Amino acid sequence: MPRGRQVSSPHPYIPNTDDDRRTILDAVGAGSIDELFADIPGEFRIGGLELPPAVSELDLTREMSDLAARNVAAGNGVASFLGGGSYRHFIPSTVAHVVGRSEYYTAYTPYQPEISQGTLQTMFELQSMTCELMEMDVSNAGMYDGASALAEACLMACRVTRRSRVAVHSSVNPAYLAVVRTYAAGPGLAVDVVDSGELTSDHACLAVQQPAFLGELIDAWSLSEAAHSAGALFVAVADPISIGMLAPPGDYGADIAVAEGQSLGWAVNFGGPYLGLFACRQQYVRQLPGRIVGRTTDLEGRTGYVLTMQTREQHIRRERATSNICTSQQLVGLAATVYLTTVGKQGLRQIAEACYHKAHYAARLIDGLDGYSVELGRLSFKEFVVRCPRAVAEINRTLLERGIIGGLDVSDQIENGMLVCVTEMNSREEIVGLARALAEVAR
Amino acid sequence: MPSPADLKYTKEHEWVRVEGTIGTVGITDYAQDQLGDIVFVDLPAAGATVSQLQKFGEIESVKAVSELYSPVTGEVTEVNTNLAERPELVNDSPYGEGWMLRIRLSDPAEIEKLLSAAEYDEFIAQGEA
Repeated sequence: MPRGRQVSSPHPYIPNTDDDRRTILDAVGAGSIDELFADIPGEFRIGGLELPPAVSELDLTREMSDLAARNVAAGNGVASFLGGGSYRHFIPSTVAHVVGRSEYYTAYTPYQPEISQGTLQTMFELQSMTCELMEMDVSNAGMYDGASALAEACLMACRVTRRSRVAVHSSVNPAYLAVVRTYAAGPGLAVDVVDSGELTSDHACLAVQQPAFLGELIDAWSLSEAAHSAGALFVAVADPISIGMLAPPGDYGADIAVAEGQSLGWAVNFGGPYLGLFACRQQYVRQLPGRIVGRTTDLEGRTGYVLTMQTREQHIRRERATSNICTSQQLVGLAATVYLTTVGKQGLRQIAEACYHKAHYAARLIDGLDGYSVELGRLSFKEFVVRCPRAVAEINRTLLERGIIGGLDVSDQIENGMLVCVTEMNSREEIVGLARALAEVAR
Repeated sequence: MPSPADLKYTKEHEWVRVEGTIGTVGITDYAQDQLGDIVFVDLPAAGATVSQLQKFGEIESVKAVSELYSPVTGEVTEVNTNLAERPELVNDSPYGEGWMLRIRLSDPAEIEKLLSAAEYDEFIAQGEA
Protein backbone atom coordinates (compact mmCIF):
# COMPACT_ATOMS: atom_id res chain seq x y z
CA MET A 1 0.00 0.00 0.00
CA PRO A 2 1.35 3.44 -0.86
CA ARG A 3 2.82 5.19 2.14
CA GLY A 4 0.93 8.14 3.50
CA ARG A 5 -2.41 7.30 1.96
CA GLN A 6 -5.20 7.65 4.52
CA VAL A 7 -8.08 5.25 4.01
CA SER A 8 -10.91 4.18 6.21
CA SER A 9 -10.88 0.68 4.79
CA PRO A 10 -11.72 -2.37 6.91
CA HIS A 11 -8.85 -4.27 5.30
CA PRO A 12 -5.30 -3.13 4.50
CA TYR A 13 -5.29 -4.84 1.08
CA ILE A 14 -8.63 -3.49 -0.14
CA PRO A 15 -7.89 0.14 -0.90
CA ASN A 16 -11.35 1.51 -1.67
CA THR A 17 -13.06 3.46 1.09
CA ASP A 18 -16.68 3.37 2.28
CA ASP A 19 -17.26 6.50 0.19
CA ASP A 20 -15.68 4.83 -2.87
CA ARG A 21 -17.98 1.84 -2.47
CA ARG A 22 -21.02 4.06 -2.03
CA THR A 23 -20.16 5.94 -5.24
CA ILE A 24 -19.66 2.70 -7.19
CA LEU A 25 -22.92 1.19 -5.89
CA ASP A 26 -24.81 4.37 -6.78
CA ALA A 27 -23.31 4.36 -10.26
CA VAL A 28 -24.48 0.80 -10.98
CA GLY A 29 -27.80 1.32 -9.25
CA ALA A 30 -27.38 -1.17 -6.40
CA GLY A 31 -28.44 -0.26 -2.87
CA SER A 32 -25.91 -2.50 -1.10
CA ILE A 33 -23.16 -5.06 -1.67
CA ASP A 34 -25.70 -7.83 -1.05
CA GLU A 35 -27.97 -6.40 -3.71
CA LEU A 36 -25.03 -6.23 -6.12
CA PHE A 37 -24.47 -9.98 -5.76
CA ALA A 38 -28.17 -10.90 -5.68
CA ASP A 39 -27.80 -12.88 -8.93
CA ILE A 40 -25.57 -15.46 -7.23
CA PRO A 41 -27.78 -18.14 -5.65
CA GLY A 42 -27.43 -18.37 -1.88
CA GLU A 43 -26.27 -22.00 -1.98
CA PHE A 44 -23.10 -20.92 -3.82
CA ARG A 45 -22.20 -18.17 -1.36
CA ILE A 46 -19.88 -18.56 1.57
CA GLY A 47 -21.67 -17.14 4.57
CA GLY A 48 -18.64 -15.37 6.00
CA LEU A 49 -15.21 -16.99 6.26
CA GLU A 50 -14.36 -18.39 9.67
CA LEU A 51 -10.74 -17.36 9.77
CA PRO A 52 -8.43 -17.60 12.78
CA PRO A 53 -6.91 -14.35 14.05
CA ALA A 54 -3.89 -12.98 12.22
CA VAL A 55 -0.52 -14.45 13.24
CA SER A 56 3.07 -13.29 12.89
CA GLU A 57 5.13 -14.11 9.80
CA LEU A 58 7.20 -16.57 11.85
CA ASP A 59 4.14 -18.42 13.11
CA LEU A 60 2.61 -18.43 9.67
CA THR A 61 5.81 -19.85 8.11
CA ARG A 62 5.81 -22.64 10.73
CA GLU A 63 2.18 -23.46 10.02
CA MET A 64 2.71 -23.57 6.26
CA SER A 65 5.84 -25.72 6.70
CA ASP A 66 3.85 -28.17 8.81
CA LEU A 67 1.18 -28.34 6.14
CA ALA A 68 3.79 -28.83 3.41
CA ALA A 69 5.40 -31.63 5.41
CA ARG A 70 2.18 -33.62 5.05
CA ASN A 71 2.80 -33.95 1.30
CA VAL A 72 4.53 -37.03 -0.03
CA ALA A 73 6.77 -36.10 -2.93
CA ALA A 74 8.74 -38.37 -5.21
CA GLY A 75 12.47 -38.50 -4.53
CA ASN A 76 14.40 -38.66 -1.24
CA GLY A 77 13.56 -42.30 -0.76
CA VAL A 78 10.03 -42.14 -2.17
CA ALA A 79 9.60 -43.97 -5.49
CA SER A 80 6.86 -42.87 -7.88
CA PHE A 81 5.16 -44.91 -10.59
CA LEU A 82 2.47 -42.34 -11.27
CA GLY A 83 2.02 -41.04 -14.83
CA GLY A 84 -1.13 -40.73 -16.90
CA GLY A 85 -0.27 -37.34 -18.36
CA SER A 86 2.31 -35.83 -15.96
CA TYR A 87 5.71 -37.45 -16.03
CA ARG A 88 8.73 -37.42 -13.81
CA HIS A 89 11.87 -37.13 -15.89
CA PHE A 90 15.33 -35.96 -14.99
CA ILE A 91 15.78 -32.19 -15.14
CA PRO A 92 19.34 -31.12 -15.97
CA SER A 93 20.67 -28.33 -13.75
CA THR A 94 21.04 -26.06 -16.79
CA VAL A 95 17.26 -25.62 -16.80
CA ALA A 96 16.98 -23.99 -13.37
CA HIS A 97 20.04 -21.83 -14.03
CA VAL A 98 18.59 -20.30 -17.18
CA VAL A 99 14.92 -20.17 -16.13
CA GLY A 100 15.89 -18.52 -12.83
CA ARG A 101 17.64 -15.58 -14.47
CA SER A 102 15.82 -12.36 -13.67
CA GLU A 103 15.93 -11.25 -17.34
CA TYR A 104 13.54 -14.08 -18.14
CA TYR A 105 11.62 -14.07 -14.91
CA THR A 106 8.51 -12.51 -16.30
CA ALA A 107 6.19 -15.01 -17.87
CA TYR A 108 4.16 -12.42 -19.65
CA THR A 109 3.99 -11.84 -23.36
CA PRO A 110 6.66 -9.51 -24.69
CA TYR A 111 4.68 -7.27 -26.99
CA GLN A 112 7.54 -4.82 -27.42
CA PRO A 113 10.27 -6.31 -29.59
CA GLU A 114 12.54 -3.33 -28.94
CA ILE A 115 13.06 -4.49 -25.35
CA SER A 116 12.40 -8.24 -25.63
CA GLN A 117 14.77 -9.68 -28.22
CA GLY A 118 16.20 -12.31 -25.86
CA THR A 119 12.83 -13.65 -24.77
CA LEU A 120 11.44 -13.57 -28.29
CA GLN A 121 14.46 -15.48 -29.58
CA THR A 122 13.98 -18.25 -26.98
CA MET A 123 10.33 -18.51 -28.06
CA PHE A 124 11.39 -18.74 -31.69
CA GLU A 125 13.86 -21.49 -30.75
CA LEU A 126 11.12 -23.43 -28.92
CA GLN A 127 8.88 -23.17 -31.99
CA SER A 128 11.73 -24.41 -34.20
CA MET A 129 12.44 -27.35 -31.86
CA THR A 130 8.74 -28.21 -31.61
CA CYS A 131 8.60 -28.39 -35.41
CA GLU A 132 11.73 -30.53 -35.61
CA LEU A 133 10.53 -32.85 -32.88
CA MET A 134 7.03 -33.31 -34.32
CA GLU A 135 8.16 -33.12 -37.97
CA MET A 136 5.64 -30.36 -38.60
CA ASP A 137 5.96 -27.08 -40.52
CA VAL A 138 4.90 -24.37 -38.08
CA SER A 139 4.44 -24.07 -34.33
CA ASN A 140 3.00 -21.41 -32.06
CA ALA A 141 4.71 -20.10 -28.93
CA GLY A 142 2.85 -22.49 -26.60
CA MET A 143 -0.56 -23.14 -25.07
CA TYR A 144 -1.67 -23.61 -21.43
CA ASP A 145 -1.12 -27.38 -21.37
CA GLY A 146 -1.52 -30.52 -23.46
CA ALA A 147 -5.26 -30.82 -22.82
CA SER A 148 -6.13 -27.26 -23.83
CA ALA A 149 -3.80 -27.59 -26.82
CA LEU A 150 -5.87 -30.58 -27.97
CA ALA A 151 -9.10 -28.64 -27.44
CA GLU A 152 -7.72 -25.72 -29.46
CA ALA A 153 -6.66 -28.18 -32.18
CA CYS A 154 -10.26 -29.44 -32.39
CA LEU A 155 -11.61 -25.87 -32.66
CA MET A 156 -9.00 -25.12 -35.32
CA ALA A 157 -10.00 -28.21 -37.32
CA CYS A 158 -13.60 -26.98 -37.26
CA ARG A 159 -12.49 -23.57 -38.62
CA VAL A 160 -10.36 -25.15 -41.35
CA THR A 161 -12.98 -27.66 -42.53
CA ARG A 162 -16.02 -25.50 -41.72
CA ARG A 163 -17.51 -28.55 -40.00
CA SER A 164 -18.87 -28.80 -36.47
CA ARG A 165 -18.32 -32.37 -35.21
CA VAL A 166 -15.18 -33.59 -33.54
CA ALA A 167 -14.17 -37.27 -33.26
CA VAL A 168 -11.94 -38.14 -30.32
CA HIS A 169 -10.39 -41.60 -30.42
CA SER A 170 -10.59 -43.84 -27.35
CA SER A 171 -6.78 -43.68 -27.11
CA VAL A 172 -6.99 -40.10 -25.80
CA ASN A 173 -6.52 -39.31 -22.10
CA PRO A 174 -10.02 -39.02 -20.49
CA ALA A 175 -8.96 -35.76 -18.79
CA TYR A 176 -8.11 -34.34 -22.23
CA LEU A 177 -11.48 -35.48 -23.54
CA ALA A 178 -13.19 -33.62 -20.69
CA VAL A 179 -11.34 -30.42 -21.63
CA VAL A 180 -12.31 -30.88 -25.30
CA ARG A 181 -15.94 -31.19 -24.21
CA THR A 182 -15.65 -27.99 -22.17
CA TYR A 183 -14.18 -26.05 -25.09
CA ALA A 184 -16.76 -27.50 -27.49
CA ALA A 185 -19.72 -26.48 -25.34
CA GLY A 186 -19.48 -22.74 -26.02
CA PRO A 187 -19.42 -22.82 -29.83
CA GLY A 188 -21.87 -25.75 -29.79
CA LEU A 189 -19.63 -28.38 -31.39
CA ALA A 190 -20.53 -32.05 -31.10
CA VAL A 191 -17.92 -34.41 -29.63
CA ASP A 192 -18.01 -38.12 -30.50
CA VAL A 193 -15.78 -40.73 -28.91
CA VAL A 194 -14.79 -43.33 -31.51
CA ASP A 195 -12.94 -46.66 -31.43
CA SER A 196 -12.07 -46.72 -35.11
CA GLY A 197 -11.47 -44.36 -37.98
CA GLU A 198 -15.06 -44.58 -39.20
CA LEU A 199 -16.04 -40.94 -39.58
CA THR A 200 -18.89 -39.15 -41.28
CA SER A 201 -18.65 -36.26 -43.72
CA ASP A 202 -19.44 -33.76 -40.97
CA HIS A 203 -16.44 -34.64 -38.78
CA ALA A 204 -13.83 -31.89 -38.73
CA CYS A 205 -11.09 -34.07 -37.27
CA LEU A 206 -10.06 -37.33 -35.71
CA ALA A 207 -7.94 -36.83 -32.58
CA VAL A 208 -5.75 -39.69 -31.37
CA GLN A 209 -3.07 -40.17 -28.72
CA GLN A 210 0.18 -41.98 -29.47
CA PRO A 211 1.10 -43.92 -27.36
CA ALA A 212 -2.47 -44.34 -26.11
CA PHE A 213 -3.50 -43.30 -22.60
CA LEU A 214 -3.30 -46.94 -21.45
CA GLY A 215 0.18 -47.31 -22.93
CA GLU A 216 -0.27 -49.23 -26.15
CA LEU A 217 0.64 -48.15 -29.66
CA ILE A 218 -2.24 -47.38 -31.97
CA ASP A 219 -2.19 -47.84 -35.75
CA ALA A 220 -1.79 -44.13 -36.39
CA TRP A 221 -1.05 -44.55 -40.11
CA SER A 222 -4.41 -46.28 -40.79
CA LEU A 223 -6.35 -43.86 -38.61
CA SER A 224 -4.70 -40.94 -40.36
CA GLU A 225 -5.70 -42.31 -43.77
CA ALA A 226 -9.24 -42.87 -42.53
CA ALA A 227 -9.50 -39.28 -41.30
CA HIS A 228 -8.19 -37.87 -44.56
CA SER A 229 -10.49 -39.97 -46.71
CA ALA A 230 -13.42 -38.50 -44.74
CA GLY A 231 -12.11 -35.01 -45.51
CA ALA A 232 -11.21 -34.49 -41.85
CA LEU A 233 -7.96 -33.33 -40.30
CA PHE A 234 -5.84 -35.78 -38.33
CA VAL A 235 -4.86 -34.49 -34.88
CA ALA A 236 -2.21 -36.29 -32.85
CA VAL A 237 -1.42 -35.98 -29.14
CA ALA A 238 2.16 -37.15 -28.69
CA ASP A 239 4.45 -37.77 -25.71
CA PRO A 240 7.44 -35.60 -26.60
CA ILE A 241 9.91 -37.92 -24.85
CA SER A 242 8.56 -40.92 -26.76
CA ILE A 243 9.51 -39.22 -30.02
CA GLY A 244 13.10 -39.97 -29.07
CA MET A 245 12.40 -43.49 -30.34
CA LEU A 246 8.89 -43.59 -31.85
CA ALA A 247 7.70 -42.04 -35.13
CA PRO A 248 6.77 -38.35 -34.82
CA PRO A 249 3.25 -37.11 -35.73
CA GLY A 250 4.42 -35.65 -39.04
CA ASP A 251 5.55 -39.11 -40.09
CA TYR A 252 2.07 -40.61 -39.75
CA GLY A 253 0.23 -37.79 -41.47
CA ALA A 254 -0.85 -35.51 -38.64
CA ASP A 255 -2.22 -32.15 -39.79
CA ILE A 256 -2.05 -30.80 -36.24
CA ALA A 257 0.25 -32.17 -33.53
CA VAL A 258 -0.02 -31.27 -29.87
CA ALA A 259 1.81 -32.39 -26.74
CA GLU A 260 2.14 -31.78 -23.04
CA GLY A 261 5.52 -30.10 -22.66
CA GLN A 262 5.84 -30.68 -18.89
CA SER A 263 8.04 -33.75 -19.47
CA LEU A 264 10.66 -31.46 -20.98
CA GLY A 265 12.41 -29.98 -17.99
CA TRP A 266 9.47 -29.16 -15.72
CA ALA A 267 8.63 -30.90 -12.44
CA VAL A 268 5.39 -32.80 -11.87
CA ASN A 269 3.09 -30.54 -9.87
CA PHE A 270 -0.55 -30.29 -9.04
CA GLY A 271 -2.34 -27.50 -10.87
CA GLY A 272 0.36 -26.26 -13.19
CA PRO A 273 1.65 -24.22 -14.84
CA TYR A 274 2.26 -26.70 -17.63
CA LEU A 275 2.98 -26.16 -21.31
CA GLY A 276 1.04 -27.07 -24.42
CA LEU A 277 3.05 -27.65 -27.58
CA PHE A 278 1.13 -26.98 -30.78
CA ALA A 279 2.27 -27.42 -34.39
CA CYS A 280 0.57 -27.79 -37.76
CA ARG A 281 1.05 -27.93 -41.52
CA GLN A 282 2.04 -24.69 -43.25
CA GLN A 283 -1.24 -24.49 -45.18
CA TYR A 284 -3.20 -24.03 -41.93
CA VAL A 285 -0.95 -21.38 -40.39
CA ARG A 286 -3.62 -18.66 -40.53
CA GLN A 287 -5.90 -20.75 -38.32
CA LEU A 288 -3.15 -21.52 -35.80
CA PRO A 289 -4.29 -20.33 -32.33
CA GLY A 290 -2.15 -18.25 -30.00
CA ARG A 291 1.01 -16.30 -30.56
CA ILE A 292 3.68 -16.89 -33.13
CA VAL A 293 7.16 -15.41 -33.01
CA GLY A 294 8.69 -14.66 -36.38
CA ARG A 295 12.25 -13.93 -37.41
CA THR A 296 12.79 -10.90 -39.59
CA THR A 297 15.37 -8.23 -40.38
CA ASP A 298 15.41 -4.62 -39.25
CA LEU A 299 16.12 -1.54 -41.39
CA GLU A 300 19.86 -2.18 -41.12
CA GLY A 301 19.52 -5.79 -42.18
CA ARG A 302 20.09 -7.26 -38.72
CA THR A 303 18.19 -10.34 -37.54
CA GLY A 304 15.34 -9.54 -35.18
CA TYR A 305 12.35 -11.33 -33.62
CA VAL A 306 8.76 -10.10 -33.42
CA LEU A 307 5.30 -11.41 -32.61
CA THR A 308 3.81 -12.06 -36.01
CA MET A 309 0.31 -12.56 -37.43
CA GLN A 310 -1.17 -10.70 -34.46
CA THR A 311 -4.10 -9.64 -36.63
CA ARG A 312 -5.72 -12.98 -35.72
CA GLU A 313 -5.31 -12.50 -31.98
CA GLN A 314 -7.98 -11.29 -29.61
CA HIS A 315 -6.49 -7.88 -28.80
CA ILE A 316 -7.10 -6.95 -32.45
CA ARG A 317 -9.83 -9.29 -33.63
CA ARG A 318 -11.88 -9.55 -30.45
CA GLU A 319 -14.51 -12.30 -30.56
CA ARG A 320 -13.46 -13.50 -34.02
CA ALA A 321 -9.90 -14.24 -32.91
CA THR A 322 -8.51 -17.73 -33.54
CA SER A 323 -8.20 -18.27 -29.79
CA ASN A 324 -8.93 -16.56 -26.49
CA ILE A 325 -5.66 -17.75 -24.91
CA CYS A 326 -4.27 -14.97 -22.70
CA THR A 327 -1.50 -16.21 -20.49
CA SER A 328 1.89 -16.83 -21.99
CA GLN A 329 3.51 -20.07 -20.84
CA GLN A 330 6.85 -18.57 -21.74
CA LEU A 331 8.71 -19.50 -18.55
CA VAL A 332 7.74 -23.18 -18.88
CA GLY A 333 8.47 -22.87 -22.59
CA LEU A 334 11.94 -21.61 -21.75
CA ALA A 335 12.50 -24.66 -19.53
CA ALA A 336 11.52 -26.93 -22.44
CA THR A 337 13.83 -24.99 -24.75
CA VAL A 338 16.80 -25.35 -22.39
CA TYR A 339 15.93 -29.01 -21.75
CA LEU A 340 15.84 -29.94 -25.43
CA THR A 341 19.00 -27.94 -26.10
CA THR A 342 20.78 -29.71 -23.23
CA VAL A 343 19.80 -33.30 -24.00
CA GLY A 344 19.88 -32.97 -27.80
CA LYS A 345 18.67 -35.52 -30.30
CA GLN A 346 20.90 -38.32 -29.03
CA GLY A 347 20.07 -37.62 -25.39
CA LEU A 348 16.34 -37.69 -26.08
CA ARG A 349 16.76 -41.06 -27.73
CA GLN A 350 18.72 -42.41 -24.75
CA ILE A 351 16.10 -41.14 -22.29
CA ALA A 352 13.30 -42.70 -24.34
CA GLU A 353 15.16 -46.01 -24.54
CA ALA A 354 15.85 -46.02 -20.81
CA CYS A 355 12.11 -45.56 -20.16
CA TYR A 356 11.28 -48.31 -22.63
CA HIS A 357 13.67 -50.87 -21.17
CA LYS A 358 12.89 -50.09 -17.54
CA ALA A 359 9.14 -50.23 -18.21
CA HIS A 360 9.53 -53.62 -19.89
CA TYR A 361 11.63 -54.90 -17.02
CA ALA A 362 8.99 -53.75 -14.52
CA ALA A 363 6.11 -55.17 -16.56
CA ARG A 364 7.71 -58.63 -16.81
CA LEU A 365 8.50 -58.63 -13.11
CA ILE A 366 4.94 -57.69 -12.12
CA ASP A 367 3.35 -60.06 -14.64
CA GLY A 368 5.26 -62.88 -12.92
CA LEU A 369 3.64 -62.14 -9.54
CA ASP A 370 0.75 -64.26 -8.27
CA GLY A 371 -2.55 -62.46 -8.78
CA TYR A 372 -1.18 -59.79 -11.14
CA SER A 373 -1.17 -59.73 -14.91
CA VAL A 374 0.11 -57.40 -17.59
CA GLU A 375 -0.67 -57.66 -21.29
CA LEU A 376 2.98 -57.49 -22.24
CA GLY A 377 2.24 -57.26 -25.97
CA ARG A 378 0.44 -53.95 -25.48
CA LEU A 379 3.36 -52.23 -23.77
CA SER A 380 4.96 -49.80 -26.20
CA PHE A 381 6.82 -47.19 -24.22
CA LYS A 382 6.77 -46.29 -20.53
CA GLU A 383 3.24 -47.07 -19.28
CA PHE A 384 1.25 -50.26 -18.93
CA VAL A 385 -1.90 -51.52 -17.22
CA VAL A 386 -1.57 -54.00 -14.36
CA ARG A 387 -4.63 -56.05 -13.43
CA CYS A 388 -4.51 -56.31 -9.68
CA PRO A 389 -6.01 -58.89 -7.35
CA ARG A 390 -7.66 -56.21 -5.22
CA ALA A 391 -8.99 -52.67 -5.44
CA VAL A 392 -6.24 -50.33 -6.68
CA ALA A 393 -7.07 -47.65 -4.10
CA GLU A 394 -6.42 -50.15 -1.29
CA ILE A 395 -3.18 -51.34 -2.82
CA ASN A 396 -1.98 -47.78 -3.33
CA ARG A 397 -2.66 -46.92 0.31
CA THR A 398 -0.46 -49.81 1.41
CA LEU A 399 2.24 -48.92 -1.11
CA LEU A 400 2.31 -45.34 0.17
CA GLU A 401 2.98 -46.61 3.70
CA ARG A 402 6.10 -48.24 2.23
CA GLY A 403 7.27 -45.08 0.50
CA ILE A 404 5.97 -46.00 -2.93
CA ILE A 405 3.56 -43.84 -4.94
CA GLY A 406 1.66 -46.43 -6.96
CA GLY A 407 0.23 -46.17 -10.44
CA LEU A 408 -2.90 -44.35 -11.56
CA ASP A 409 -6.18 -46.03 -10.65
CA VAL A 410 -7.92 -46.77 -13.96
CA SER A 411 -10.45 -49.23 -12.53
CA ASP A 412 -13.21 -47.11 -14.09
CA GLN A 413 -11.92 -48.43 -17.43
CA ILE A 414 -10.38 -51.80 -16.53
CA GLU A 415 -11.39 -53.91 -13.54
CA ASN A 416 -8.79 -53.43 -10.77
CA GLY A 417 -6.59 -51.75 -13.37
CA MET A 418 -3.53 -49.77 -12.32
CA LEU A 419 -1.70 -47.67 -14.94
CA VAL A 420 1.96 -47.97 -14.01
CA CYS A 421 4.52 -45.50 -15.36
CA VAL A 422 8.26 -46.17 -15.37
CA THR A 423 10.79 -43.57 -16.45
CA GLU A 424 14.56 -43.21 -16.33
CA MET A 425 14.06 -41.82 -12.79
CA ASN A 426 13.05 -45.25 -11.45
CA SER A 427 16.11 -47.23 -10.37
CA ARG A 428 16.30 -51.00 -10.59
CA GLU A 429 15.99 -51.10 -6.78
CA GLU A 430 12.78 -49.06 -6.91
CA ILE A 431 11.28 -51.38 -9.54
CA VAL A 432 12.20 -54.50 -7.54
CA GLY A 433 10.84 -52.80 -4.43
CA LEU A 434 7.52 -52.14 -6.19
CA ALA A 435 7.23 -55.79 -7.29
CA ARG A 436 8.05 -57.01 -3.78
CA ALA A 437 5.51 -54.68 -2.20
CA LEU A 438 2.82 -55.68 -4.69
CA ALA A 439 3.46 -59.37 -3.95
CA GLU A 440 3.11 -58.76 -0.22
CA VAL A 441 -0.08 -56.73 -0.67
CA ALA A 442 -1.63 -59.59 -2.64
CA ARG A 443 -1.12 -62.13 0.13
CA MET B 1 -11.87 10.42 -56.33
CA PRO B 2 -15.43 9.30 -57.10
CA SER B 3 -16.15 5.57 -57.21
CA PRO B 4 -16.67 4.03 -60.69
CA ALA B 5 -20.22 4.78 -61.83
CA ASP B 6 -20.80 1.42 -63.52
CA LEU B 7 -20.53 -0.59 -60.28
CA LYS B 8 -22.90 -1.26 -57.38
CA TYR B 9 -21.75 -1.15 -53.76
CA THR B 10 -22.44 -2.50 -50.28
CA LYS B 11 -22.10 -0.62 -47.00
CA GLU B 12 -19.45 -3.24 -46.14
CA HIS B 13 -17.31 -1.76 -48.96
CA GLU B 14 -17.59 -4.46 -51.61
CA TRP B 15 -18.46 -3.72 -55.25
CA VAL B 16 -20.09 -5.80 -57.98
CA ARG B 17 -19.91 -5.34 -61.76
CA VAL B 18 -22.86 -7.05 -63.44
CA GLU B 19 -22.37 -8.31 -67.00
CA GLY B 20 -25.31 -10.45 -68.15
CA THR B 21 -25.90 -13.05 -65.43
CA ILE B 22 -22.38 -12.84 -64.02
CA GLY B 23 -21.35 -10.47 -61.24
CA THR B 24 -17.67 -9.72 -60.59
CA VAL B 25 -16.94 -8.86 -56.96
CA GLY B 26 -14.14 -7.02 -55.19
CA ILE B 27 -13.53 -4.44 -52.45
CA THR B 28 -13.53 -0.69 -52.98
CA ASP B 29 -10.58 1.65 -53.24
CA TYR B 30 -11.70 3.23 -49.96
CA ALA B 31 -11.65 -0.20 -48.26
CA GLN B 32 -8.18 -1.14 -49.48
CA ASP B 33 -6.90 2.27 -48.40
CA GLN B 34 -8.38 1.83 -44.91
CA LEU B 35 -7.01 -1.70 -44.55
CA GLY B 36 -3.48 -0.87 -45.64
CA ASP B 37 -1.13 -3.44 -47.16
CA ILE B 38 -3.10 -6.61 -47.92
CA VAL B 39 -1.18 -9.79 -47.07
CA PHE B 40 -3.76 -12.55 -47.49
CA VAL B 41 -7.19 -13.10 -48.99
CA ASP B 42 -9.22 -16.18 -48.01
CA LEU B 43 -11.80 -16.94 -50.70
CA PRO B 44 -14.32 -19.76 -51.22
CA ALA B 45 -13.71 -22.37 -53.93
CA ALA B 46 -15.45 -22.26 -57.31
CA GLY B 47 -18.80 -24.04 -57.01
CA ALA B 48 -19.54 -22.66 -53.55
CA THR B 49 -22.73 -20.69 -53.07
CA VAL B 50 -22.76 -17.25 -51.49
CA SER B 51 -25.64 -15.12 -50.25
CA GLN B 52 -26.24 -11.41 -50.42
CA LEU B 53 -24.65 -9.56 -47.50
CA GLN B 54 -23.44 -12.84 -45.98
CA LYS B 55 -19.78 -13.52 -45.26
CA PHE B 56 -17.89 -15.18 -48.12
CA GLY B 57 -14.28 -14.85 -46.98
CA GLU B 58 -11.67 -12.90 -45.07
CA ILE B 59 -9.12 -10.30 -45.97
CA GLU B 60 -6.00 -9.74 -43.91
CA SER B 61 -3.83 -6.65 -43.94
CA VAL B 62 -0.83 -5.83 -41.80
CA LYS B 63 -3.29 -4.09 -39.46
CA ALA B 64 -6.38 -6.27 -39.29
CA VAL B 65 -8.39 -9.22 -40.50
CA SER B 66 -11.82 -8.31 -41.88
CA GLU B 67 -14.79 -10.22 -43.18
CA LEU B 68 -15.81 -10.06 -46.82
CA TYR B 69 -19.53 -9.85 -47.61
CA SER B 70 -21.06 -10.80 -50.91
CA PRO B 71 -23.07 -8.11 -52.71
CA VAL B 72 -25.15 -10.78 -54.48
CA THR B 73 -26.54 -14.30 -54.10
CA GLY B 74 -25.40 -17.07 -56.42
CA GLU B 75 -22.84 -19.70 -57.32
CA VAL B 76 -19.15 -18.87 -57.49
CA THR B 77 -18.03 -19.59 -61.06
CA GLU B 78 -14.49 -18.27 -60.85
CA VAL B 79 -12.00 -17.22 -58.17
CA ASN B 80 -9.08 -14.85 -58.68
CA THR B 81 -6.29 -17.31 -57.91
CA ASN B 82 -3.65 -14.64 -58.57
CA LEU B 83 -4.45 -13.17 -55.15
CA ALA B 84 -2.92 -16.21 -53.43
CA GLU B 85 0.55 -15.22 -54.63
CA ARG B 86 -0.06 -11.50 -55.10
CA PRO B 87 -2.60 -10.21 -52.54
CA GLU B 88 -1.19 -6.70 -53.13
CA LEU B 89 -3.20 -6.60 -56.36
CA VAL B 90 -6.14 -5.62 -54.15
CA ASN B 91 -4.21 -2.49 -53.13
CA ASP B 92 -2.83 -1.73 -56.57
CA SER B 93 -5.96 -2.32 -58.62
CA PRO B 94 -9.08 -2.75 -56.46
CA TYR B 95 -11.50 -2.46 -59.41
CA GLY B 96 -9.32 -4.35 -61.92
CA GLU B 97 -6.76 -7.08 -61.28
CA GLY B 98 -7.70 -7.11 -57.60
CA TRP B 99 -11.16 -8.63 -58.27
CA MET B 100 -12.05 -11.63 -56.07
CA LEU B 101 -15.01 -13.68 -57.31
CA ARG B 102 -17.24 -14.15 -60.32
CA ILE B 103 -20.74 -15.17 -59.25
CA ARG B 104 -23.64 -16.44 -61.34
CA LEU B 105 -26.53 -14.32 -60.05
CA SER B 106 -29.50 -16.33 -58.86
CA ASP B 107 -31.61 -13.21 -58.29
CA PRO B 108 -30.66 -10.23 -60.50
CA ALA B 109 -33.34 -8.10 -58.79
CA GLU B 110 -31.13 -8.06 -55.68
CA ILE B 111 -28.91 -5.50 -57.40
CA GLU B 112 -31.55 -2.86 -56.70
CA LYS B 113 -30.85 -3.19 -52.96
CA LEU B 114 -27.23 -2.09 -53.44
CA LEU B 115 -25.85 1.45 -53.42
CA SER B 116 -25.04 3.43 -56.55
CA ALA B 117 -21.60 5.02 -56.85
CA ALA B 118 -22.99 8.41 -55.76
CA GLU B 119 -24.80 6.85 -52.78
CA TYR B 120 -21.67 4.93 -51.77
CA ASP B 121 -19.48 8.05 -52.01
CA GLU B 122 -21.96 9.92 -49.83
CA PHE B 123 -21.99 6.99 -47.38
CA ILE B 124 -18.21 7.02 -46.93
CA ALA B 125 -18.15 10.82 -46.77
CA GLN B 126 -20.61 10.64 -43.85
CA GLY B 127 -18.42 8.05 -42.15
CA GLU B 128 -15.39 10.30 -42.50
CA ALA B 129 -17.19 13.36 -41.13
